Amino acid sequence: MDIFTLIFTDYTLRIVSIGSMLLGIIAGILGSFAVVRKESLLGDAISHAALPGIAVVYLITQTKNTEVLLFGALLSGVLATFLILSIEKYSRIKFDSSLALVLSVFFGAGMVLLTYIQKMPDANQAGLESFIYGQASTLLKRDINLMLIVGGILVFLIVLFWKEFKLISFDSQYAEILGFSSKKITILLSTMIVISIVIGLQSVGVILMSAMLTAPAVAARQWTNKLSKMVVLSGFFGGISGIIGTLISSMVSNLPTGPTIVLTISIIVILSLAFAPNRGLVWKRIKEKESRRNIDKNQLLFNIYELALNHENIYHSHSIDTIKPDTNRDRESTNILIGRLSGLEDDGLIKRDYFDHWHITEDGISYVENNLLKEGY
Amino acid sequence: MEKEVKYIIEVEDMTVAYNVKPVLWDIDLKIPKGVLMAIIGPNGAGKSTLIKAMLDLIKPVSGNVSFNGKSYKEERKHIGYVPQSESVDWDFPASVLDVVLMGRYGKLGWFKRPKEEDRKKSLEALEKVDMGEFVDRQISELSGGQQQRVFLARALVQEADIYFMDEPFKGVDAKTEVAIMNILKDLKNQGKTVIVVHHDLQTVEHYFDWVTLLNTQLIVSGPVKEVYTEENLNKAYRSKGKILRR
Repeated sequence: MDIFTLIFTDYTLRIVSIGSMLLGIIAGILGSFAVVRKESLLGDAISHAALPGIAVVYLITQTKNTEVLLFGALLSGVLATFLILSIEKYSRIKFDSSLALVLSVFFGAGMVLLTYIQKMPDANQAGLESFIYGQASTLLKRDINLMLIVGGILVFLIVLFWKEFKLISFDSQYAEILGFSSKKITILLSTMIVISIVIGLQSVGVILMSAMLTAPAVAARQWTNKLSKMVVLSGFFGGISGIIGTLISSMVSNLPTGPTIVLTISIIVILSLAFAPNRGLVWKRIKEKESRRNIDKNQLLFNIYELALNHENIYHSHSIDTIKPDTNRDRESTNILIGRLSGLEDDGLIKRDYFDHWHITEDGISYVENNLLKEGY
Repeated sequence: MEKEVKYIIEVEDMTVAYNVKPVLWDIDLKIPKGVLMAIIGPNGAGKSTLIKAMLDLIKPVSGNVSFNGKSYKEERKHIGYVPQSESVDWDFPASVLDVVLMGRYGKLGWFKRPKEEDRKKSLEALEKVDMGEFVDRQISELSGGQQQRVFLARALVQEADIYFMDEPFKGVDAKTEVAIMNILKDLKNQGKTVIVVHHDLQTVEHYFDWVTLLNTQLIVSGPVKEVYTEENLNKAYRSKGKILRR
């Protein structure tokens, strides 16, 4: 049976793909703000820091109810954020060190607690460790409902506070000047980012969750210069990798879902870094080559134009060595030069008289006088 | 006797400290309405700190500021600000117009979106700072001088009565400097008060009519013609040599 029939008939696969898609969309949307605020690493620390919260809440309540466990994750995520920011503010420790410190302490504490829980004489303890790498197959219909509700609220808040979020992300001091409390807006936005991380922990796990937050946004940034488009595109990239990752992992046995989703979004990132117009590396390279060629051609045309001015007959033709004197010329550079000159001839700006002799045309003269001279050549 | 001058800004006993060392010490400063004032002083003298403390961006250890006899919070809508352009990340996904529109956000208040009128005012301000053809340009593609002019346009659309500017001439070429200066003079001619952190001692007399010399403590503040003297400059820069080339 092929995969598309399966997604409509297999209940579990459908739930897992929808869940992964929702988590991708939510993380992608909120991640855009983390990325433009340069807080991607904060997301990494928060997701690692969620682990002890899950363990502690389990120890207290003895329940494996997802909402309850994720609430614990949320609390310790918020606590970690607060700690990181306070350490930076009140001590001389810098942001990156404070981040590494809190991340490792919380994650370490989480691992200790998990080991302790596993050794407890109780049959009910298994399954908590799936929060480390995530286990998408444990997603249930009610988890999807939770994601839909929480995701809906998050999107609503983003639309409502769009202007304010944009303003503090760009210039929080100026927000203060304009009378917006940057502190309040930042707390709201950071809490929303923590929630979006917590939502994904079940399927992707604490270790890889920050990739879901950062990668879609980084990829989206490549394609657009507008924050609104970036947010939408980032949500789309996150959602699509959620689905594709789930499908791939369901087709190949023993392929874990969370890491496959992360690999899928990574491929989107690589493609975006390489091929996106304007910001993509390949595109930049092509543009650069093209503009070098144009400058070189303009320079040649200008030389021919000046030669023409120095002759009574402006259509007198000149050899390559007169057009571009170069004692070091070898066969390769001659070929490039002839290529450029032929290009100029194709544009109708110069004309080849007989073998390797060239002269300017009327169009060439007017091009130099109306374009090049005005551009300051 | 001259008639009583009306002061629009009054700073009393302002002391600011980062960690232990005071950056500003017991500043008392009165600024009359409608002046174009430079704040001058050596590096680390607390020039930017002074305007940030006046704008409530930094909490002072002691002291208070009043605008028109009222607190900063009450008068906030009438105060415009041009920060140093390095204070933000210019690779942020936004166009020139997006950034200038932010200047309208204060008037709009929470939740409300910019309307056609706000767009119109932003475009006018961009025209004024000679950035009319860069409206849709992505801000990462701007030069230093253009960034400065975008920030100036953003402050202009605030339609404030008092403007604070933190080194608006930093990193701009001579032509842009003249263009910015003309706008500042325009503001003054409209009766607005403009306070500028400034670095170039040679242009003070030419550009400004009021000056404050600062070096942790207030050295002197008053009309350029009266207080901008070699003696006061030497005090501010703790130097014995000749500072002004006249």
